Amino acid sequence: MSRLDTVGDTLVLAPGDRRWPAWLDLLQGLSGLLLVLFMWAHLFAVSSILLGKPAMYRVTRFFEGSLFFDTPQPWLVSLVALFIFVIFVLHTLLALRKLPSGYRQWRAWLVHMGGMRHEETSLWLVQVITGLVLMFFATAHLLELFLHPSNIGPHASAARIASGGWVLGLVLLLSVEVHAGIGLYRLIVKWGWFGLVDTAARRRRLRRFVYALVAFFLLLGVTTQMAYLRIGKESAVRDGLRYVPPGSAQIVPPLSDEAPLRISQTGEEVKR
Amino acid sequence: MSEDEILARDTAVHGAATSGEFTLEVLRCNPADPEDRPRWQSFTLELTEGMTLFIALTELRETQDPSLQFDFVCRAGICGSCAMLINGRPGLACRTLIADLPSPTRLAPLPGFALIGDLSVDTGRWMRGMSERLETWVHGLDTERDPARLEAPMEPEVAEAIYELERCIECGCCIAACGTAQMREDFVGAVGLNKLARFHLDPRDARDDGAYFDLVGDDDGVFGCMSLLGCDDVCPKDLPLGTQIAFLRRRMARQAL
Repeated sequence: MSRLDTVGDTLVLAPGDRRWPAWLDLLQGLSGLLLVLFMWAHLFAVSSILLGKPAMYRVTRFFEGSLFFDTPQPWLVSLVALFIFVIFVLHTLLALRKLPSGYRQWRAWLVHMGGMRHEETSLWLVQVITGLVLMFFATAHLLELFLHPSNIGPHASAARIASGGWVLGLVLLLSVEVHAGIGLYRLIVKWGWFGLVDTAARRRRLRRFVYALVAFFLLLGVTTQMAYLRIGKESAVRDGLRYVPPGSAQIVPPLSDEAPLRISQTGEEVKR
Repeated sequence: MSEDEILARDTAVHGAATSGEFTLEVLRCNPADPEDRPRWQSFTLELTEGMTLFIALTELRETQDPSLQFDFVCRAGICGSCAMLINGRPGLACRTLIADLPSPTRLAPLPGFALIGDLSVDTGRWMRGMSERLETWVHGLDTERDPARLEAPMEPEVAEAIYELERCIECGCCIAACGTAQMREDFVGAVGLNKLARFHLDPRDARDDGAYFDLVGDDDGVFGCMSLLGCDDVCPKDLPLGTQIAFLRRRMARQAL
């Protein structure tokens, strides 16, 4: 039976506790689910640019605490990035347990997969590859946001994407959406949710649904990236000017010794 | 991809075999001979109506090579002896029609089991080890059995549910179709997990979830399964293996919480 240890009045999992494998499996699924939901919400937030610069600006300000603070608080973004990074590292470490280790296991796996020609078996290799890509690339992305949380906005994000950021963006988009889709599928059949594991036909239907979902998010992501690329070509963005929402000229202080700032009604251009 | 789709694709690539000559490539090896090395050997035979892979192998042994080793007992998909890799996927030779296969078709022994020779493997030793480890028998409240006493009645639905899982023939296909079992030899596989799910249903078994947790609540048991479900898709008896593994996983996770 399970060995239970107590620290004070608290029940803890001690090393050697037989419940660990169950907990690790639960935590792997839970952290994965959390990351899937976060990534979808994240993509919706980023794609607000498709509704125009003011919409994306409002979303940015929301995440900088506009509900509670008068001025932008980018450290809130850093905090979220840190939180996601912790979950991400946890999920990565838990998932790494399942990877083949050493030549013998890799060979056994690849020979098996080649012979089986079985969709769900092959999807696991896709999961391993996209997971490894994310291990390196998502870390870079999270670090970038953690260190420069204020570099988000209709112009700032567009400038980053236009100056080569689209490469990282595209790699991340492809690997994260595919990984999230397959992961969600695996989670559902693993725990037998909604009886979807019960027949091969139901599993096939679930797979098709997940593929459609992945395709939707990929399309949304690519369209969003293209929008940022387009904005990145605008002269204001190239000049390094931050986006200023319509009717908020007062938050841009005029530089001394120069003519005061004049902002057009649309907020698109800043002229001296 | 379903089995039918794979067969259709193979047939599209290689051409369906309905009549004429058919080529079988068999992975030959005799582990009793230290000089012998694994090698592919081609056999050509004349197709006949309704020919199964089992019939074809029997004909090969009788007419071409008496040293060819493969197992069979029932010839009707009941004993589970003739499981082998058919073009890389596990299946029963007696339940596979040659007409459904592309020519040439490659046959190999089931991986994960001790090789006896050619297509014959020792699934029995593996299954016995698994059974002893997982204690796959009814653990009654009373150890004394009185044959004269009537057994306690059981609801017909419960009996049917138990029988559904009891249909497992221990052919070893699920182990050969399992990526986890191929990588980690201590994994109990779908056959083991299905057996415990069967005893979990049985009202005569006095074990509680804690006892089951001690048997399969780890990475060699239900938490080692990666849900690739090759087992479910190749099972010759169409057992609901995915459903049973998910059920055990939920029960064992609840036990750990």
